[in-house]
Amino acid sequence: MSDPINLIANWLQGLLLGLGLSVGLTKIILSFVGAVVVATIGMLTVIFLIWLERKIAGRIQDRLGPNRAGPYGLLQPFADVIKILTKEYTTPDGADVVVYNIAPIMAVASVLLIWAVIPFASTVVGTNLNVGVLYIMAVGAFGLLSILMAGLSSNNKFALLGAFRSVAQLISYEIPMVVSLLMPVIFARSMGLVDIVEAQMPWFIILSPLAALIFIIASMAEVNRAPFDLMEAESEIVAGFHIEYSGMKFGMFYVGEFLHVFTVGALVATLFLGGWRGPWAEQYPILGLIYFYIKTFVGYFIVAWVRLTVPRIRIDQMLDFNWKFLTPLSLVLLIITAVLDRVLVLVNSERWVYSLVMFLANILIIWATVEVLKKTTSKPKRKEFPMRPVAMAPETSTSTEPSS
Amino acid sequence: MDNNWLYIGLFFLVAPLIPALAILAPLFLAPKKPNKIKSQIYECGIETYGETWIQFKVQYYIFALIFLVFDIETVFLYPWAVAYNSLPLFAVFEGVLFIIILLAGLVYVWRKGDLEWV
Repeated sequence: MSDPINLIANWLQGLLLGLGLSVGLTKIILSFVGAVVVATIGMLTVIFLIWLERKIAGRIQDRLGPNRAGPYGLLQPFADVIKILTKEYTTPDGADVVVYNIAPIMAVASVLLIWAVIPFASTVVGTNLNVGVLYIMAVGAFGLLSILMAGLSSNNKFALLGAFRSVAQLISYEIPMVVSLLMPVIFARSMGLVDIVEAQMPWFIILSPLAALIFIIASMAEVNRAPFDLMEAESEIVAGFHIEYSGMKFGMFYVGEFLHVFTVGALVATLFLGGWRGPWAEQYPILGLIYFYIKTFVGYFIVAWVRLTVPRIRIDQMLDFNWKFLTPLSLVLLIITAVLDRVLVLVNSERWVYSLVMFLANILIIWATVEVLKKTTSKPKRKEFPMRPVAMAPETSTSTEPSS
Repeated sequence: MDNNWLYIGLFFLVAPLIPALAILAPLFLAPKKPNKIKSQIYECGIETYGETWIQFKVQYYIFALIFLVFDIETVFLYPWAVAYNSLPLFAVFEGVLFIIILLAGLVYVWRKGDLEWV
């Protein structure tokens, strides 16, 4: 009774075996059902997320948000879905039709694929891949590819500019992301997400708060949300890479973005916030599922909060922030973590000493970084021009005399 | 072990299937009345001028090159991190040296001025 999900799975397995199917085929069917269920839950979560994000946006920006369709505007996303389903597709002249149509599918698929390896509870795991972290990075790269495909195949200059910007941004921020993901791997001595969750005693955000911070910032850039939404900047290049998409094809890019933010929340929860860990989560796996979702929404809320608070940055600021700040910082953090880890293991320190030293080292790095930034922050390179009067007063010699 | 990859393989089938179905649905639900003006490329309300394939800044290319070096080298660090317990002290410092060389490369590119967006 404590584990309804596995109960259903076992019941289904018994049913299929009872029908006289072979063990191998049963395994395939069960995996298929599991994949469909996980992917469908992901897609359905998005419908709720769109309502939630609009409501949060409303609150943060001091307005109401959707409140007409249904109680608290809860039916708003369904109205949107119906509207978008009955909207006509337009294909631009000269578009590369095959690539143009595959791009939105890939945008969603790339995010859904990450859900295959995330452990939802102690007994509810898609699959415990032993290269989980590497798999996440590899699959995440499909998202970049979908943006590139959309931008290049639309035969539109704005879309092309959006694709160029996405190359500059997404590939840049992948480096601090990859390096910050090394920290949980070092702590857990494994790339499997199940092993990483099981090793979190205490949570890795305590062992390495800086890595978590770098990961969240880099992820925000990866999902191209404000302040990093340069590739779809409305005021500069109208809509960027998805400018020529209409109806459900645009909807898929939209869904992909929301799902990606939620996935980032799930990854933060899994890698840094202890996944399904919590009181009594091991006896009652369903509790672990609830903990996992709560932690995921914490990560989601942080990303949404930053998006609604910070304005968009310029492209040179975006690149500077990555290459001159995040990348060196993450590499330095990696060196210090690796050396400290080896030293602490050599002297056979207790778990709490290990945690304390790691935490203090992170705090020290943050403090040093802030001090260095204070010293070296250059003033904005802007030329000062002398003030020019807007309207010249008439010459005094002529104007002072009163006219007869 | 093979069961894991079976699940991943099936996921690779299912994950594109769901958005594909969502995209196919409007073919039966939505109107379809294409005309010449509707399918024109959008460009600020005027008719498109010139080629789509404009020249782009060389900086995009340079950043892609720098990325390539870093990304390939960080992938090498993953096996190093996984096998951290069984590494001799020598290998640990080799790894640290490797990261320092990476950092030196970054400083070199920085000093050369290739990280500037001009």
